[in-house]
Amino acid sequence: MNKLITALVLWAAASLVFAAGGHGPEKLDANVNLGNKTSLQRGARLFVNYCLSCHSAQYMRYNRMATDLGLSEDVVKANLMFASDKVGDTMTIAMKPEDAEQWFGVAPPDLSVIARSRGADWLYSFLNGFYLDEKRPTGVNNLYFPDTAMPHVLAELQGLQVKHEADAHGDGHGGHGGPVLELESPGKLSPGEYRQATRDLVAFLVYMGEPAKLVRYRIGFWVIAFLLVLLVAAYLMKREYWKDVH
Amino acid sequence: MNMITKGLVGLRDWVDDRFPLMQLWNDHMGQYYAPKNFNFWYYFGVLSLVVLVIQLVTGIWLVMNYKPDANLAFGSVEYIMRDVSWGWLIRYLHSTGASAFFVVVYLHMFRGLLYGSYKKPRELIWILGMFIYLSLMAEAFFGYLLPWGQMSYWGAQVIISLFGAIPWVGDTLSLWIRGDYVVSDITLNRFFSFHVIALPFAIVGLVVLHIIALHEVGSNNPDGVEIKKNKGPDGKPLDGIPFHPYYTVKDSVGVIVFLILFAAVVFFAPEMGGYFLEHNNFVPADPLKTPEHIAPVWFFPPFYSVLRANTGDFFGGPGKLCGVIFMGLATMLFFALPWLDRSPVKSIRYRGTLYKSALTIFVVSFLILGYLGLLPPTPGRTAVAQVCTILYFLFFFLMPIYTKLDKTKPVPERVTG
Repeated sequence: MNKLITALVLWAAASLVFAAGGHGPEKLDANVNLGNKTSLQRGARLFVNYCLSCHSAQYMRYNRMATDLGLSEDVVKANLMFASDKVGDTMTIAMKPEDAEQWFGVAPPDLSVIARSRGADWLYSFLNGFYLDEKRPTGVNNLYFPDTAMPHVLAELQGLQVKHEADAHGDGHGGHGGPVLELESPGKLSPGEYRQATRDLVAFLVYMGEPAKLVRYRIGFWVIAFLLVLLVAAYLMKREYWKDVH
Repeated sequence: MNMITKGLVGLRDWVDDRFPLMQLWNDHMGQYYAPKNFNFWYYFGVLSLVVLVIQLVTGIWLVMNYKPDANLAFGSVEYIMRDVSWGWLIRYLHSTGASAFFVVVYLHMFRGLLYGSYKKPRELIWILGMFIYLSLMAEAFFGYLLPWGQMSYWGAQVIISLFGAIPWVGDTLSLWIRGDYVVSDITLNRFFSFHVIALPFAIVGLVVLHIIALHEVGSNNPDGVEIKKNKGPDGKPLDGIPFHPYYTVKDSVGVIVFLILFAAVVFFAPEMGGYFLEHNNFVPADPLKTPEHIAPVWFFPPFYSVLRANTGDFFGGPGKLCGVIFMGLATMLFFALPWLDRSPVKSIRYRGTLYKSALTIFVVSFLILGYLGLLPPTPGRTAVAQVCTILYFLFFFLMPIYTKLDKTKPVPERVTG
């Protein structure tokens, strides 16, 4: 009984600790599907067209991408390679980090493993979180990364959003009481198409963060299946041997 | 008997004439008598050995492609993850293995607390085990710098700076450990050397000593009964069974179950939600950018919490120095366990309420401290950590009293199965 009481007291203390935490607006759900090759291919196209002039992906090789995304090297060469002509190269850029720092105030980070440090949801939220803000030198700010140095590169696709504070906007859009973004001037894509496009791009970034992710679930399934069979055999052997232990 | 068997037996006898092969086999496997009543908790010794082998083997292959150079280290890990055939698997086995090592070793140590495995005549086994545990912490600490991510870098920076709290020699000491004024390429190189040569060497040596000492006095068991006290006419313990084949086949089952869980993590959740591989460690080390929140990898936090609980006004005296002393004490006190425990019985089965409550409070405090160590401190959390720190230490400091006062039950003559 004493044991129980002490455990309960300590547990209560622990739950006080749990209660704190969490800040910033709630992230959107990226909900990417790495099994969808066409989504990854569309993401790759967006990546090389919009990201790969300022951001590098210095650990990602073009030919690896070709193999994993089911594209031939010629297709990759013709459509997805603007920064290099050797298909075995990694995705580097011509812009020097020192120059970038002068122009943007900060060198754009390499994106090889950005999905692993930031997470898919953050990236998806970030790409959907730009809104007009005259106070920023780029003319835009970001709901999920306040005062980001990055301009809204995808503005021609999305258009431009404005931010409304929670209660100024009574259509039930922002149920959590946070600020709400509303499209002011549309871009080339509809809001739905833009969300899908950014989802594709994030899927590609997740893939690029860990190319092995495309195979490791499948391999893991077979490894565990094998071990389960082995377990049955080992258990039967144990039972046989231990028959004479009383 | 066919030709091959004959040949093999011949080879064995040839070796045996020149080397105590059969004697070693019999002493440690074939005629090592282990109590027949080992339960679930007795798997974690062999599992520690399994993980040690996983770490050694995967480590050998990682070193083939890893570059201990501040400019190349981060990239070489990504090279292993992408360009080396099966490199991602080898790396995940190693990173998951590091965490698994602490899981099984903590459970192995907890088994010792449950069944009094540290008590006479097994004090030396316990002490050797503690040295293994400390070497393991050092090994993990050195290894964690190698990927050269932000957490690697700043974690090392924080831990090394702790030595700076020691009066007079502190700053010189931390400078000497780093080999530079900040964690740098020089630090990376020496940590690499310690991680792949010095500590593995020490750990393997200590494990051999741990096992030799164990096989000299014999294994404890969940009843805490000495099986050597009851021998049959043939001189063999009545409650003992030969390690091989009985425990080799039984342990195989345990090892396979463990491997299934291990593979589940390696293949389906190698980051373990950011606990085994921290998100921030996928950002290359940047000496100019301190992360907002530096948390040590999950297996250190209980001690990190003890460190942080020592704010200036906790015990009086300089907070950081007290923190370092208490953190050191928190690990070192385990060494004294065989002499702090005055109970006449070993196993928790025959101990009274006092020890059972004390152990429960200790484990819960340890877990809460561990959890708190992962979070950024707030005044509320620090207060909880301080309470848990006191409870943690009271477990040891009051042990001579409560183990003596405790109402124990009579221990049976023979093991109860």
